[in-house]
Amino acid sequence: MISSFPKLLSATVITLKLLSASLIIGLFVGLLFAILRLNKNIFINKFAYGYSYLFRGTPLLVQIFIIYYGLGNLIGNNEFLKSSLLWTVLKEPYWCAIIAFALNTGAYTSEILRSAFQTIKPGMIEAGKSLGITSKIIFYKIQIPIAIRQSLPAYGNEIILMLKGTSLASTVTLMDLTGVAKYIVSTTFKPIEVFIIAGSIYLFMTFVIHNLIKYLEKKYSFQ
Amino acid sequence: MELLAFGDTGWGDELFRATLMTIAVSITAMIIGFSFAAIFTPLKLSKYKSLNLVANIYTTVIRGVPELLVIYLFFFGGSAAIMYVASIFGYKEYIEINAFITGSFSIGIISGAYSTEVFRGAVKSIDKGQFEASKALGLVKPFYEIKIRWKKITIINFNFITPHFLKVLVPQMLRLAIPNLSNVWQITLKDTSLIMVTGLVEIMRQSYIAAGSTRDPLFFYSFAAVLYLLLTFFSMKLINKLEVKYSRGY
Repeated sequence: MISSFPKLLSATVITLKLLSASLIIGLFVGLLFAILRLNKNIFINKFAYGYSYLFRGTPLLVQIFIIYYGLGNLIGNNEFLKSSLLWTVLKEPYWCAIIAFALNTGAYTSEILRSAFQTIKPGMIEAGKSLGITSKIIFYKIQIPIAIRQSLPAYGNEIILMLKGTSLASTVTLMDLTGVAKYIVSTTFKPIEVFIIAGSIYLFMTFVIHNLIKYLEKKYSFQ
Repeated sequence: MELLAFGDTGWGDELFRATLMTIAVSITAMIIGFSFAAIFTPLKLSKYKSLNLVANIYTTVIRGVPELLVIYLFFFGGSAAIMYVASIFGYKEYIEINAFITGSFSIGIISGAYSTEVFRGAVKSIDKGQFEASKALGLVKPFYEIKIRWKKITIINFNFITPHFLKVLVPQMLRLAIPNLSNVWQITLKDTSLIMVTGLVEIMRQSYIAAGSTRDPLFFYSFAAVLYLLLTFFSMKLINKLEVKYSRGY
């Protein structure tokens, strides 16, 4: 039981890699779609809404399976696509998982950022305009910092949800923390002990993330 | 479209039955979750620190650990625990618990943790003046005087079932809780897809079987996504109606 601990710890590295990669890509995807959501053009607006509705209305497991098995099957059976760059990416479960996680967290992040942008008081933007600041700088120097501060608590929840989501990578043959725990169980037949150790590693990570977000909230608070 | 035909030639009827199974598991899990919330919400609101701690451990642990791990723990650990108990009585065969029971129980525990938080928030946001007004009107006298005691310690106390609780607190609490409970319902519905690892034939498992035998995973997993979207769409419509009903006074 104790001997399984180092194996689980080394698998935690993969979980953390998956988490950080998908969060970084997801943040950019989310920011892009949040800006599209605030666009006045109804088609762009509806497209961004459809994206977030699609990814928030279906389970993450379905999304991973569509990308790994579905798209992998489609591209693997096509000679032309198989020679392209797409196949080198999609044949790796690691990249499939990251793409699925990033698109999923991007949808949630876009909703968080959109509501953060909408709660910015118009007076702040007007104050910027009256000082003669260009709208580009208003966006980067006023709107984005305020939106980040407003969305910190919700984004902290999203990070924790994503950490839990990375456990689904084990269903597409990736050996992350959950995958390794399940593998150890299948060889040692000690399910309760191993899953409790794996669970406490996850719990420790959530604890750290939770406190980090709390610290950041305090640091960037307006008061 | 031939793939979705009903009968022996297509997967239509299998997928339909799988959808019903998903709905059944979600509703069972939600009810189990409410039972857990009914136990842990009073503990969370209790003035005793030790009871708070018990409830906090439950919600923090369940919300901090991946759902898949909880399901694995109950699926593999549950049968291992039962086999251990059975081996004390001399029964050495392999025992497997029903996948529906383990599935809905593990999802129910997860959904219970979220429901507990929702109910706690709803009760806390009700004004204290409501209780004082009920007291002034004499609504705080309990219907039943039932206390279960053991060694001078009250274990279960049913004295909270007062007219104030049933007619003042609960209706206001439901109005505040329903929007958040609809989120919990969505989370629960999506979590049921994870039960496929236990072998229960719900939407994901059925799509997995169909994709394996027809070698068309893209079609079947996309169709599963559509089914989940339909389920969330129509259940949201229903919940919105409920929301309107409970907030008609406002």
